[in-house]
Amino acid sequence: MSAAGKRPTGQWITYMYRYDDYDHTLVIERVAQYRDQLQRHLAGELPDDEFRPLRLQNGLYIQRQAPMLRVAIPYGMLSSTQLRKLADIGRRYDRGYGHFSTRQNMQFNWPRLEDTADILAELATVEMHAIQTSGNCIRNITTDPFAGVAPDEIVDPRPYCEVLRQWSTFHPEFAFLPRKFKIAVSGTLEDRAVTYAHDVGLQLYRNDKGDVLARVIVGGGMGRTPMLGSVIHEGLPWQHLSTYLDAVLRVYNRYGRRDNAYKARIKILVKAIGAEEFARQVDAEWQLERNGIATITEEELARARAAFSDPDMPERDATDASFDAQRAQDPAFARWVSRSVRAHKRAGYRSVTLSLKPTGVAPGDITSEQMDAAADLADRFSFGELRVTHEQNLVLADVALSDLHALWQGARAHGLATPNIGLLTDIICCPGGDFCSLANAKSIPIAQAIQEAFADLDYLYDIGELELNISGCMNSCGHHHVGHIGILGVDKAGSEWYQVSIGGAQGNTTSLADVIGPSFAADEVPGVVQKLIETYVEHRTPEERFLDTVRRLGVAPFKKHVYGEVARKAEVAHA
Amino acid sequence: MHDLIVGNTLVENDWHWLRLPESATPVRKSAGKVVLFKLTGEPAATADVVAACEVPAGKVMVPLSVWLHRHAELENRVAAGEIGVWLDSHEEPVELAESVSGDLNRLPLIGVNFPKFIDGRGYSTAFILRTRYGYRNQLRALGDVLRDQMFFFHRCGFDAYQLRADQNAERCIKALKDFTTPYQTSTDGLTPVFRRRSAQQATA
Ligand code: SF4
Repeated sequence: MSAAGKRPTGQWITYMYRYDDYDHTLVIERVAQYRDQLQRHLAGELPDDEFRPLRLQNGLYIQRQAPMLRVAIPYGMLSSTQLRKLADIGRRYDRGYGHFSTRQNMQFNWPRLEDTADILAELATVEMHAIQTSGNCIRNITTDPFAGVAPDEIVDPRPYCEVLRQWSTFHPEFAFLPRKFKIAVSGTLEDRAVTYAHDVGLQLYRNDKGDVLARVIVGGGMGRTPMLGSVIHEGLPWQHLSTYLDAVLRVYNRYGRRDNAYKARIKILVKAIGAEEFARQVDAEWQLERNGIATITEEELARARAAFSDPDMPERDATDASFDAQRAQDPAFARWVSRSVRAHKRAGYRSVTLSLKPTGVAPGDITSEQMDAAADLADRFSFGELRVTHEQNLVLADVALSDLHALWQGARAHGLATPNIGLLTDIICCPGGDFCSLANAKSIPIAQAIQEAFADLDYLYDIGELELNISGCMNSCGHHHVGHIGILGVDKAGSEWYQVSIGGAQGNTTSLADVIGPSFAADEVPGVVQKLIETYVEHRTPEERFLDTVRRLGVAPFKKHVYGEVARKAEVAHA
Repeated sequence: MHDLIVGNTLVENDWHWLRLPESATPVRKSAGKVVLFKLTGEPAATADVVAACEVPAGKVMVPLSVWLHRHAELENRVAAGEIGVWLDSHEEPVELAESVSGDLNRLPLIGVNFPKFIDGRGYSTAFILRTRYGYRNQLRALGDVLRDQMFFFHRCGFDAYQLRADQNAERCIKALKDFTTPYQTSTDGLTPVFRRRSAQQATA
């Protein structure tokens, strides 16, 4: 058998990692293993509490209404072939749609338990799976959605992500950690992977000789106790990434708390013993494997790098007259361009974000018809490849400037061209109480009410860049801690309330938001956001975004304007 | 009946697993103390119980605490190959290694308990015993030893599996081979997949 290079599942051409026989055998065997577990469960041989951790490690939750199946999209990259398969699964096994999560994964909310093994078998035909998308194990590794095309990129993180994906998949020692474990990798000047808010963040950079090194950040996270991570190792050569991470995980696996799920994340351990002591223990552990057989080889990195080579992009001029003309003639197009189009490292190319945030649809939801349409657009305009962002949108990374207008028309025909990227209505939102059994409160209707209140595009553009994030509970899947405005569902005496915070941010200046005061009833939330915006508009300087004004003035003026009127109502409610 | 698998065969179990009654109050080790930060809320046997317990005749796996306090009196039986030691999931392999002056291979058997199968500390314990301390004799998984974890046990260095009473031995043996192409290296002698890939290419 010649494993290397064999393409078991068809001839699609992509510029991303393709399975060889090793990868393929692994997912096929996983389907068989899961099918057996499911059958034993359905036959009553595997009780709920023993099936639960197993199904979770395969992305299967049992939710309020139905099971939810979370499909892994490693580091957010998808081929059009894979997206069409997801569309197909949405149609055949779900209600004709899917949902992109903030972990760059896809969730199906309505599959039947009995069908889940078949769905996994379908996924395997396009080199996809649901392995470790949930449960107390190493989860899907996330990265910059503009990896490989961003002009500010120092190191393309994707080959490293792929090497680490393989390292983490069914790692025998770390399948039953104290709690879930999330890794993010970035390789840019501006951190777009939120590396300071993950269990492990890896920032890749180069030394003066051009060697790739990693800054290892440990112990960040959101959840009940939001924390920014600490740097425990500076300048780790890439060859040692997996052995060093083995050491981090081993210290965590052995000493992380297991008596209380809320204190079980690595950040609690790092805080308890201190980042320095944690680093010392990791280093001692690392010596055991350092330079050992698991050290990543040049050859392996080269193989992974080759898998992510640039598409064969024709040379283009830096400007395009037809594009300039279309933009001048068509204000709607110009508006969309101003929000959705980003610079590309190659002249004459751009990266485009397709918005999954039109008003009236749960943020991140996408119908099967839209998936097919996005796949077609990717084939026509972006070399058959897409990325999923943690803001729950889709990206076409390599679009020629001269194709933007045609792409826009195509996207608009399918509701994928709402010109709101980076604006207030581009809300990050978890599934919340409509689907998730852990929720304190609903989050989707809150997002929709806010989107409706800010539907006026001129107003929206005047407000400018603003990230509004909503989570239905402290698990913070909606990243509310790092929202410029964060909204959190809280439970008070069995009814749904919302706590509002401001001043959080992702990126290089990551910060955690401050709560403005007592929480609000659902119908008050759009009004509260309105008041926060009014305060900003009143106080801003010409260059300031909402976040900048909050940082300059602090919470006080916002709080005053908000509670000036609703304070009394809130007090009554909390009495 | 707890079936015992050694390697990949069902065998007769001739070792007695000695367990001590746990004290009523859990020993709470405080989080935050640099050295003591182990785990909170682990129940443990008191010193009196350790001192008083009787180690029966024949082949016996004794708890780490009994071994640490009483190995002098057990030395003859160690020489006769009758004493094994088992570690609970929070216990430190280093304590065992130091107690035998670094030569763990004087023990014919070490057990590692999985009080619940979702408690994954024992995998690291096994890895450490096999790699850092070079332990080569039988390493036995005890407790919540279930079919769906067999593959992981094996990869981390276990070569004996004392199954939970309700488990089907035949199926557990089969589960040792759930995956034929794992990605990582571990203590089972497999190289990382990238080295296998490149070896295969070299011979292709
Ligand atoms: S934040 Fe809470 S409610 Fe929202 S998806 Fe996560 S667990 Fe569910």
